[in-house]
Amino acid sequence: MRYVEEFRDPQAAKALLSKIEKVTAEIGATKEKPIHIMEICGGHTHAIFRYGLDRLTPEGIEFIHGPGCPVCVLPMSRVDECVQIAEKDNVIFTTFGDAMRVPGTRKSLLQAKADGADIRMVYSPLDALELARRNPDKEVVFFGLGFETTTPSTALSIQQAAREGLPNFSVFCNHITVPEPIKVLLDDPYMVLDGFVGPGHVSMVIGIHPYDFIAQDYGKPIVVAGFEPLDLLQSVLMVLEQIRDGRAEVENQYARIVPEHGNPVSIAAMADVYQRRPSFEWRGLGEIDSSGLRIRDQYKAFDAEEKFGIGYAAGQRSVQEPDGCECGAVMTGRIKPTACPKFGNGCTPEMPLGALMVSSEGACAAYWQYGGRRAVEAAE
Amino acid sequence: MCLGIPGQLVAITDEPRMMAMADVSGVKREVSYAPVLTGDPADLVGKWALIHVGFAMAIIDEDEAAATLEALRDLGEAQEELENMAEGAKAFA
Repeated sequence: MRYVEEFRDPQAAKALLSKIEKVTAEIGATKEKPIHIMEICGGHTHAIFRYGLDRLTPEGIEFIHGPGCPVCVLPMSRVDECVQIAEKDNVIFTTFGDAMRVPGTRKSLLQAKADGADIRMVYSPLDALELARRNPDKEVVFFGLGFETTTPSTALSIQQAAREGLPNFSVFCNHITVPEPIKVLLDDPYMVLDGFVGPGHVSMVIGIHPYDFIAQDYGKPIVVAGFEPLDLLQSVLMVLEQIRDGRAEVENQYARIVPEHGNPVSIAAMADVYQRRPSFEWRGLGEIDSSGLRIRDQYKAFDAEEKFGIGYAAGQRSVQEPDGCECGAVMTGRIKPTACPKFGNGCTPEMPLGALMVSSEGACAAYWQYGGRRAVEAAE
Repeated sequence: MCLGIPGQLVAITDEPRMMAMADVSGVKREVSYAPVLTGDPADLVGKWALIHVGFAMAIIDEDEAAATLEALRDLGEAQEELENMAEGAKAFA
């Protein structure tokens, strides 16, 4: 955790913290009766812990960590399908590095690579396209993973492959969307959520209106936020002010990056390439209606599900989590990571059992890196 | 994964494929400018962009680029992005 003095503008941070304290008091929130604010994005979770914002803000504010970490919500059966495709002859399987260590039921992609499968970490789907151009005798598969920030890049790559008529490039599409799981969490009677800090870069793509239902149908405030500590503090203050004033609106703290209506080129590419699946499985959250994307028939030549007959439409669902893994309960805010019996005891970032420990954006990894590890060591 | 990294677009390299060379903290990497193209691609040269998995997703000013880079370095995300780029280059070996 950092001290306020080390922030880029400590005076501004102190001023925001003092306003946050004042508004929290005006609302009457206390440690016993806190305001629950969910930061949806895993990048925000990481930043909150990195800067110790959960400790700098008053005890009357409790941060609930949302589902916005792509590898954390990836079910084991999807990893199994990746391994199945990657182990086929003549396939080069490409993926973002983040997905390599996510455990499957048999093995992770990292283990499959060690066992001889041709799996390559790429920085961009464009690298997978280039691999396909250079290896015309191989089938190059890209693992399409992530929310609306990465979804357009896969769509634009598929459009490019279509323009070039690349016959040996396909995408194993497991892209998911942000708004649908938020609706599920709001409908969950066990969840108490008073307001949201909305994702910055997802909103840069989709704009701020896909969140209108949060304010209009559920009467909760949401503020789209940037990633610097001052952005997060200001956004928390804006959420609190809405609660104090009895308002429920979609506000944009990150307007310097997030246009109201998003990025038109990306939105058009997504609409052209994908259609919604009736439902999709999320690790810890189960099946969520209309929350996953598949490739439209028009582009089925580039759909790995079509090419290999492996994937969500064909595969089995809901593989059980490993014994003792409480990722689902953590994901829905029912328990804190440190309450999981496996936390630091059979599950660490080096040897993750559950997905929340894999990525730096996962709540468990953030707790481990910024404090939880000390708690476990002290207890031993 | 969603954070991306700022880079400066330094040259158009392949107009039909909408590709430009970007300078990302001293590392040169070809990126797609398709999402930020609004007119003549040549106008993009010299501009700063927020780059996500090889795509320029938003044009930003130089101050915003510097502030974002500092925040990303703090989070360890800048190093991770650069490592991912280096790892990506190995995929062609």
